[in-house]
Amino acid sequence: MIGRLDSEFGFLSNALSLRANRQQMLASNIANADTPNYKAVDFDFSAALKHAQGAGEARGTLSATDARHLQPKGGNAFGAKTLYRVPMQPSIDGNTVDMDVERSQFTENAIHYQFMVDRVTGKVKNLLSAIQGQ
Amino acid sequence: MSMFNVFSIAGSALTAQSQRLNAVASNLANADSATSSTGQPYRSKQVVFSATPLPNGGGTGVRVTSVVEDPAPGRQVFDPKNPLADDKGYVTMPNVNVVDEMVNMISASRSYQTNVDMMNTAKSLLMKTLSIGQ
Repeated sequence: MIGRLDSEFGFLSNALSLRANRQQMLASNIANADTPNYKAVDFDFSAALKHAQGAGEARGTLSATDARHLQPKGGNAFGAKTLYRVPMQPSIDGNTVDMDVERSQFTENAIHYQFMVDRVTGKVKNLLSAIQGQ
Repeated sequence: MSMFNVFSIAGSALTAQSQRLNAVASNLANADSATSSTGQPYRSKQVVFSATPLPNGGGTGVRVTSVVEDPAPGRQVFDPKNPLADDKGYVTMPNVNVVDEMVNMISASRSYQTNVDMMNTAKSLLMKTLSIGQ
């Protein structure tokens, strides 16, 4: 049963952690909107989630097939590789933060996070009603 | 918990932007200070932003690394009655460009607001997380 519980909540907890991670990354971009030469970063959420679920490599990750290879580093705990955003409009100071994109992504990510929290709560309620049998 | 890092990131940006606002205030207040304690006209001051990684991969904050003085020559104003006038009757005024400073001020206050917004979003997400399972 504990194994079942783990698989029930595993996906949601992975998704929540990844959303929180992405929120932090987008916050970095918005905070550095006025920093010269700052390059906006993000990661491929769906690939990272697939990777966290144990299905395939996250896009852009390195793998070392030999102990003598350089060991891949960077990215977050889920192996999601940090990618640079391709700027729509270049700016003179070398900054690639597009405030419209970042703000919309930030809001979208926040809504997805809330949705995931909602799903966890729903799942807990389901389990509780199963336990109580009412 | 990466969501808490949003506070550090936005906080660092708030500090940096308020420092920028301080520099703007200083420049605007001294836009007509033809002399100072050094005997020279006031020189426009500008902050230099730099992206700073937070410890343990907690995103990228922003920091003011230095405050530089604008090396541009001062404005020459013809005013022979002024005691500071040179032998041709010109007074060297500060090199503050009031239009630039107003633009800087608007940009800094907008960035400040965005970062406050970001903190509020992170706060509501964390409060939502606290209510999981209730």
